Amino acid sequence: MTDPSFPHLSKDVIAVQRGPEPGGVAGAYRAFGETLRGMRTTFARLVEGPVTIEYPEEKTPVYPRFRGRHKLHRFEDSGLEKCVGCSLCVAACPADCIRVVAAENTPEHQVSAGERYAAVYEINLTRCIFCGYCEVACPFDAITMGNDYELADYTRSDLIFTKEMLLADSLEKTPLRREGE
Amino acid sequence: MTLPLAATDFVESTLIQVIKALVIFVLVLQAVPLILLLERKLLGRFQARHGPNRVGFHGLLQPLADMIKLISKEQSTPATAVPWMMALAPLISIVTAVVTLAIVPFGDVRRDGLLGADYGLYGIDVSIGILFAFAFGALAFYGLMLGGWASGSKYSFLGSMRSAAQLISYEVALGLSLLGVVMMAGSLSLTDIVIAQDDVWYILPQFVGFVVFMIAGFAETNRPPFDLPEAEAELVAGYNTEYGGMRFGSFFMAEYINMIVISGIATAMFLGGWHGPGPGYLDPLWVVLKMLVFIVLFIWIRATLPRLRYDQLMSFGWKVLLPLATLNMLVTAVLVVTL
Repeated sequence: MTDPSFPHLSKDVIAVQRGPEPGGVAGAYRAFGETLRGMRTTFARLVEGPVTIEYPEEKTPVYPRFRGRHKLHRFEDSGLEKCVGCSLCVAACPADCIRVVAAENTPEHQVSAGERYAAVYEINLTRCIFCGYCEVACPFDAITMGNDYELADYTRSDLIFTKEMLLADSLEKTPLRREGE
Repeated sequence: MTLPLAATDFVESTLIQVIKALVIFVLVLQAVPLILLLERKLLGRFQARHGPNRVGFHGLLQPLADMIKLISKEQSTPATAVPWMMALAPLISIVTAVVTLAIVPFGDVRRDGLLGADYGLYGIDVSIGILFAFAFGALAFYGLMLGGWASGSKYSFLGSMRSAAQLISYEVALGLSLLGVVMMAGSLSLTDIVIAQDDVWYILPQFVGFVVFMIAGFAETNRPPFDLPEAEAELVAGYNTEYGGMRFGSFFMAEYINMIVISGIATAMFLGGWHGPGPGYLDPLWVVLKMLVFIVLFIWIRATLPRLRYDQLMSFGWKVLLPLATLNMLVTAVLVVTL
């Protein structure tokens, strides 16, 4: 289909749509009209009000599958740790940021539900890439990705999270996005 | 035939003139931070954000914080600069801006004898009226020019050259746009022009003149979309690149005072000055309100329009504004003579 106003052009060529020539009295008239249209646009923003989320005071809620800082979990009824120290998360971790040292459970010192437990469970968050492979690898859902993303700190050593820190409830509660939000 | 000059039939005592000068100077210098805050808040709202809201209640103390920051900053002088000229330039800018304020009328002559004599609610009703404003508007450009040249930096120099070209181009249109009003009122004095607008404000019969005056006024104050002299995207900051501390603050303040001046002149020339409902003592309030409308317009336009390209600026000034203002003047002249 050729453009009727450009019969000499083949159908592969599309004529460039050009605006009217700038300048002159007509140009000035158009510029005045367009200025008023632009002013209406900016005024609509004024009426609309700010869209700012004032971050430290307000937080953007995260999506349910957001991959924030890790959490370790306990069984709710017995209080025993879910982690059995199998080190599958260590094997899955592409950034090599998890360190697990397993130890045997004894009847006097029952820490986890299985035979062994993680005596040391450390995640170096300066290395973690938040891919969530540890969560996928875990056979007991002992480690999951949480919602917290405010992870800045003053020293690197403070960002090596120990088992106690990962088991504890997070201090800052990141709002979770509701269904359909 | 009488000359179109202001004629005051009374003499103000020196004391009253000093008091008036002090009141105008102090009040306007207080208004600058308020306009600054208004601009930043309103600009924020126009861009769907809050604007400054951290210092003080809803950011009310932001201009104060800015001032303290500017005052406490170091004033460096480049090795290539001419120091005394560089120090003189902001002074010229701010003095010419403040001086023009003197002719902005806030009310008619008062004969109630409150201060023991008749007095006018304006700084001074100079006989050449609006020409006084043009004279100092032309002088103001020496501030930018000197500042940019004496800084000894290429960006400053480019900015000042641009401002020179811009001011020359737009000053002609600015002057011609007001000629229609002067012809209709038959006087150069702003007070007489306001009095002549008792029936109808000149914005109606002189609408073309008003539009040309506002556009040229934006260019005269170097406000967006005509902020080429300080085009931060291309010239760092234009003529004030090398300035720091309160010298930069002076340039900044001069820009805002110029905005007040243009608003004041537009109010007196086109919006009927102090005319408004209510008793006589409300006159200054009406002037301030009308000026506020223009200042909001300045901010609104800044939020709306992008900066013009240099060749667009030039062709718009010479090929559109100047013919339009001339035509407006000629048509007005013919109508004033025939009607």
